Amino acid sequence: MHRNPARPMSPHLTIWKWGPHMAVSILSRITGVGLALVGGAMFTWWLVALASGPDAYATFQGWATWPWMLVIWIGLTWAAFQHALSGIRHFVLDIGAGYELKTNKFWSIMVMLGAILLTGLTWTLLFWTRLFA
Amino acid sequence: MTTESPRMKTPLGRVRGLGSARSGAHHWWHERLSSVASLILLVWFFVSLLRLPDLDYPTVREWLAAPLAAVPMLLLIVTMFWHLAGGLRVVVEDYVHEEGSKLFWLVLIAFGSLFGAGLCLFAVAKLAFGGG
Repeated sequence: MHRNPARPMSPHLTIWKWGPHMAVSILSRITGVGLALVGGAMFTWWLVALASGPDAYATFQGWATWPWMLVIWIGLTWAAFQHALSGIRHFVLDIGAGYELKTNKFWSIMVMLGAILLTGLTWTLLFWTRLFA
Repeated sequence: MTTESPRMKTPLGRVRGLGSARSGAHHWWHERLSSVASLILLVWFFVSLLRLPDLDYPTVREWLAAPLAAVPMLLLIVTMFWHLAGGLRVVVEDYVHEEGSKLFWLVLIAFGSLFGAGLCLFAVAKLAFGGG
């Protein structure tokens, strides 16, 4: 909490060569903040609208099914998969496994690929079954 | 006994040898615990929504009023807002270094997440206990 501004800080963000492990790490934070703010707001809006009655719920549904809102829904879906897979990766790292350079790189890439694949699969299924139309 | 002025020591030097504060892993553990709980409950939440015949007002309302939907929903709200508040706090602590704005953001996160959780908990309680 008490940092002496006269002392140098680690230049960690500026000097390292970028790799998948760094991308997956910062994506975990970015998606976490996105889910917390946008996801949290949508979740709260939905529940409060539901508790406020049919008119408020109809207003929510009107906004939620607006075609451009798909950008937010698909974005949140990807963020949720990215954050969850990244979290599962961290549980493995927490037990002390997966730090070998090749293994670490492999699973970092798999987390990012997996999140994109699962997002694509989810929305293909949603459109396929016409649950979202 | 040391005779050197404390101002000459680094922050690390000042605390070295004082022992553990015994709360270092507290935040880490709670963030892990709330993540597992939120993940399980979110999977339940989305599977339940997809199993509903429709997402219109009467259907969703009736579903959420049942005890086996309302209770997991209340738990989801608690674990999710707990996890979200803890995560946002770490981000602010890591990137906001000026004490004044750090304090501002930490208070905003604490109050904001409490307010959001309160709204959601009340919404579920109102539906579950039958009002209109």
